[in-house]
Amino acid sequence: MRSSILQTATRYLLPILLLFSIFLLLRGHYYPGGGFVGGLVASIAFVLHSFANGTDATMKLLGRKPLSLIPIGLAIATLSVLMPVIFGLPPMTGLWLKGNFPIVGSIGTALTFDLGVYLVVIGVVLTILFTISLTDD
Amino acid sequence: MLLTVLAGLIVAIFFVPFGKTFKSGLSIVLTALPIGIFSYYLTHLPSISLGKEIFQSTSWVPSLGINLDFRLDGLSLLFALLISGIGIAVYFYARTYLKGHAYFDRFFAYLSLFMAAMLGMVLADNILLLFIFWELTSISSFFLIGFNNTSPDSRKSALTALSVTGLGGFFLLAGLILLGDVAGTYNISALIHARGLIVNHGQYPLILTLLFIGAFTKSAQFPFHFWLPGAMKAPTPVSAYLHSATMVKAGIYLLARFNPILGGTNAWSYTLMIVGGFTMLYAAIHALLRTDLKSILAYSTISALGILTFLIGLGTADAIIAASVFILVHALYKASLFLITGIIDHAAHTRDISLLSGLRKVLLPVAIAGFLAACSSAGLPFTFGFIGKDLIYEATLHANSSWKLGLTTLAVLTNICLVAAGFMAGIKPFTGSLPIHYQTIRLPYISMWLPPLTLAVLGVLFGLMPDTVGNLFAEKAVLAMLGTETKLNLKIWHGFNTVLLLSLLTIVTGAVLYRFNKPIKGKTLWLLKFKNFSPEFIFKKITVTVFKFSEWYTQKFHNGYLRSYHLQIILFAEALLAYKLWLSGPIDINFYGLAMLSVYEVAIAILLIGALIIILTTRTRLTAVVSMSVIGYCICLMFVFYSAPDLAMTQFTIDTLTTVLFVLVLYKLPPFLNLGTKKERYRDMAIALGFGLILCMVALQVHHEPIETATSDFYGDYAYTEAKGKNVVNVILVDFRGMDTLFETVALSIAAIGVYNLLRLRLKPTEKE
Repeated sequence: MRSSILQTATRYLLPILLLFSIFLLLRGHYYPGGGFVGGLVASIAFVLHSFANGTDATMKLLGRKPLSLIPIGLAIATLSVLMPVIFGLPPMTGLWLKGNFPIVGSIGTALTFDLGVYLVVIGVVLTILFTISLTDD
Repeated sequence: MLLTVLAGLIVAIFFVPFGKTFKSGLSIVLTALPIGIFSYYLTHLPSISLGKEIFQSTSWVPSLGINLDFRLDGLSLLFALLISGIGIAVYFYARTYLKGHAYFDRFFAYLSLFMAAMLGMVLADNILLLFIFWELTSISSFFLIGFNNTSPDSRKSALTALSVTGLGGFFLLAGLILLGDVAGTYNISALIHARGLIVNHGQYPLILTLLFIGAFTKSAQFPFHFWLPGAMKAPTPVSAYLHSATMVKAGIYLLARFNPILGGTNAWSYTLMIVGGFTMLYAAIHALLRTDLKSILAYSTISALGILTFLIGLGTADAIIAASVFILVHALYKASLFLITGIIDHAAHTRDISLLSGLRKVLLPVAIAGFLAACSSAGLPFTFGFIGKDLIYEATLHANSSWKLGLTTLAVLTNICLVAAGFMAGIKPFTGSLPIHYQTIRLPYISMWLPPLTLAVLGVLFGLMPDTVGNLFAEKAVLAMLGTETKLNLKIWHGFNTVLLLSLLTIVTGAVLYRFNKPIKGKTLWLLKFKNFSPEFIFKKITVTVFKFSEWYTQKFHNGYLRSYHLQIILFAEALLAYKLWLSGPIDINFYGLAMLSVYEVAIAILLIGALIIILTTRTRLTAVVSMSVIGYCICLMFVFYSAPDLAMTQFTIDTLTTVLFVLVLYKLPPFLNLGTKKERYRDMAIALGFGLILCMVALQVHHEPIETATSDFYGDYAYTEAKGKNVVNVILVDFRGMDTLFETVALSIAAIGVYNLLRLRLKPTEKE
């Protein structure tokens, strides 16, 4: 059930939704949003793409198994938790770069931690959904 | 001190990469471990015997009050020397005994681990630390007992030993925590000062019971004694080590260590005297009815442990002196006898004393060792056993209870049996004529017969200079067990008195008993008749019942039907909430004071109810799924109205994805069927309505409760100042409760990997059921 309307729409929706998800991720510390929601929105973008073009096409677009995003995300989150230990602070202490950046505000371990969550969520959702949709019988 | 404890653990770890290299002659290096530890403690002997104590503390988990606190006093030193000293004998012996064994390296790793655990236990000054090492001895002894892992019997006895001692460990832990809680400290030295507080506390009987179960299981007191004879399936060096000086003495050590803290009360004394007294006679009689060398030794060990428990229960200065000396006496002769048994087993391939005889002609040094050990065990004059036995009689005769006559009779009877049992194990195999098929037996390597001979000779040497030995080893141990300074006056010759008379009576009767107690298989068979009443049988019955129960339980609650899980979860939640509601007092349902309904809310409520009706009546799955998502979106809207944008956003995306997931799965499901009976549907309806009702009541009740805002205020106040974020929800997620989030993501990942693996699992046709 390929629909050319959906396919055409997805071509534009995918980048917009992904951008929106990153927007949510970055603003999370100050306004509604955050890594979890961002990750879910990004997953929805890919799921939409897979509905329009088939899961195989989406897998090709991703270039890698979504499962591989999980360890990357977990590693980033864990590193942000352990980073302060290097500086002799207890783990989970927030570390921040000096100065403000446009759009993002200030950059610190909270943001990288959220980035880890974002990647894990995408990995988990896509792994579950794609595994189910690719399983035949 | 810390190093000596860690050394064993470190050596054990080294076996993982380098185990193979030790299989050759290089294994001699291993003996450096016990020798080094033994020398270390030997150098401390003079200062400790003069009354010094050494304390060492290393920070470990200060927040829990667990530090690596080690204290070396007389009692610890006595045990440390026994552990490392007998360890030397066992290391040398086992090198030859297990030569060429496939698991040679593994054995020494377990042994080193075990030795480290024992050392840590006797040195620990913190009761939680003591418990950790206590458990470690249980675990490492499990591997040692089950060393012959190809034999089902051996595995079974290892499991029995572990479950009995492990069970005791649970009780001990509970007892120790309770004790620490009552006294407000986990340090043994501080606990001694808190004795008055503990003994008069309402929890004292409970503490005592829990502690006793721990000690009795470990030290094989009736009715937990049955694991010990089973543990004889282990290789002989292990039996020698575990049952002479270490594992089974752990319980005795515990009782001795806690004597100044908990002892001296009637509950303490009578329990220990009754349990110990019964065990010592029961096991001593049992020992006489066995024909297997190791069984005889096992039961005589249980009996000796009973004597020690009994003496600690007696609690007088005499009794404690007797106990501390007897620990040393027993360790020396029992280790020696076990090692001798191993040699006989190796050479003659049997341990049945009804078949063994005349081995002195081929194994002379072993026979001498056996003879000396048996003499010490029998308490013949000029052996260390004689001193030990004297002290025991001294203790029972001078007990300040009115039934000292009874106690003395009990001790004499036990010792008579032990004399005979000692002769059976140490002398019987070597006397008589040598059967022809044993004539080819050659004396084993010196490293096998020297250790038991040394130990046996020590048993005699110590007996010749009891005063020195007593002052060096026992006096400060008595101090630690009793809490007061006591002078030991150990002499070879006390003059003609009642004690000497009793000693002679014991030896003569024991010898006569040995002469006439013919080892016959029939007696062991006769014992089997009482199998159904033995604690071992009852324990097995309990195990089987537990298995049956858990099977039934699993079938009932873990049956694989999602609907049954849902039912259980919701029912349980209902029960919990209802109980809490009931506890919170009169339920006050009051609609007064609620805000007016807005148009939006009414609209959403109508949507919700409509979607619900569709779900309940629809005949296709797709409709049901879509209606479900309508409900989800309605809730989302609610969040929006009540200004929770983060929640609304999350709920919205989750609902979308859930619907997608459902649609994906939908294709793979069989057609929609209604399998529930009418009755079940009514039941489900009742449960669902109940859940709704209870939640409704909770919501109304919450409305009347004063709102506690301390937590949310804290987050609100500090979100920006401490974590530089303005979105409090997100700050909580990534900063204040960041650890939770991290582990939630881990949980999610595990779920995803689980789904992936379950669906991608491709079983070969043969693997499918």
